[in-house]
Amino acid sequence: MLRRRIVPCLDVRRGRLVKGIRFRDLRDRGDPVDAAARYAEAGADEIVWLNISAGEEAWAELLRAVERAARRVDVPLCVGGGVDGLERARDLLLAGADKVSVNTAALDRPGLVTELAAHLGSQCVVVAVDAARANGGWEAHAAGGGRPTGRDAVAWSREAVERGAGELLVTSIDADGGRAGYDLDLIAAVSSAVDVPVVASGGAGGPADMAAALSAGASAALAASIFHDGQATVADVKQEAAACGLPVRL
Amino acid sequence: MSAVTVVDHGAGNLRSLRAALERLDARVDVTDRPADVERAEIVVVPGVGAAGPAMERLEAAGLATTIRDAADRGAHVLGICLGLQLLFERSEEGDIECLGLLPGAVRRIDWARTVPHMGWNDVSPSGAGPLGDALPAVCYFAHTYVAEPADAGDVIATTELEGRPFASVVGRGRVAAVQFHPERSGPAGRAVLAAFLRRAADAA
Repeated sequence: MLRRRIVPCLDVRRGRLVKGIRFRDLRDRGDPVDAAARYAEAGADEIVWLNISAGEEAWAELLRAVERAARRVDVPLCVGGGVDGLERARDLLLAGADKVSVNTAALDRPGLVTELAAHLGSQCVVVAVDAARANGGWEAHAAGGGRPTGRDAVAWSREAVERGAGELLVTSIDADGGRAGYDLDLIAAVSSAVDVPVVASGGAGGPADMAAALSAGASAALAASIFHDGQATVADVKQEAAACGLPVRL
Repeated sequence: MSAVTVVDHGAGNLRSLRAALERLDARVDVTDRPADVERAEIVVVPGVGAAGPAMERLEAAGLATTIRDAADRGAHVLGICLGLQLLFERSEEGDIECLGLLPGAVRRIDWARTVPHMGWNDVSPSGAGPLGDALPAVCYFAHTYVAEPADAGDVIATTELEGRPFASVVGRGRVAAVQFHPERSGPAGRAVLAAFLRRAADAA
């Protein structure tokens, strides 16, 4: 039976692991490759790296870190943040990423999703959808949540899949960082609107929240701070999910 | 120490595969030169992406012929993910002719609600098979197409997706292939690669 996935997310700046609150107060937390390897050993089903630095030099540093991760980490690695076109997506895959996620560039130019899927295959194209509640629904935001686009997030999710996205990484901007649970309505709305796997993100406060996101229809649940702070382990989350009757890899 | 030749047909991520084989003490040669494949004793056909472009590149580089010849002369061949699909006769993806080392065709997963089939799933052996004690296992999949072997005897293991099994490990003689990514399947995937290398070494 296909297992639901538990996915730690690491913020990477200039090839280094950082941690902070909503992109502020960032502190160096060491080598993201070490962290990814630790989580893989602890049972993570996949690792997501989110590159939060801009510029060519930072990109080169990211690629070098991905290369090292590919040699050491034996679970899938999805990398996003700064993918502005086919060339950078291919850079990441050749460096050793299994999937790339794209966000702002796809909102600015939806044809990019079509292009990535045609050249790289849908199974490695993830569209990250950052959504905030608006007018009784959700609005898609670009630029790390900083720029509202006026697009309905569920409609955008559907379009991204029609264009070839093989997976959606759906983050609630409202819930992100609050540790009060995912926006389950958002997860359920997107999961029922598309026929590709949905990764739920934003708001995990503990294992029960992650199990709830999976129960709401997500194929995978992503969390950052609860893992980094040691508040919960991947095993804790899997036990909780299994207790809720969800299939997980133990 | 096994010498493994990984065929590079330009379809991305070979770094993790190379690393996974090297962790098993294999000497790994990643190549796009037919001459290297001609001499190889163990040939790995990897792959992500679409079947059409991959077959075009294999044909254009002269690699398709050398892979077929390698199988004919008794080299061990391992297909991984798209590489498994390329070993069959035809693929519905792009409606193309493939390498034809195994009888059967590749078609789109049309019975499942959620596609691609992405994530960790059971790989259940159909009987005593060449991968021995590495199976059953839970391994990582990411694919939209599946192979349908014409000969049921070529099915080594199956995986169930939304109530229906498909062939996730296939093989005949010295040709074997897995639909999942052993290089991304943690210790379970490592055991599968180790079993394949061991079998090749034993046959030598």
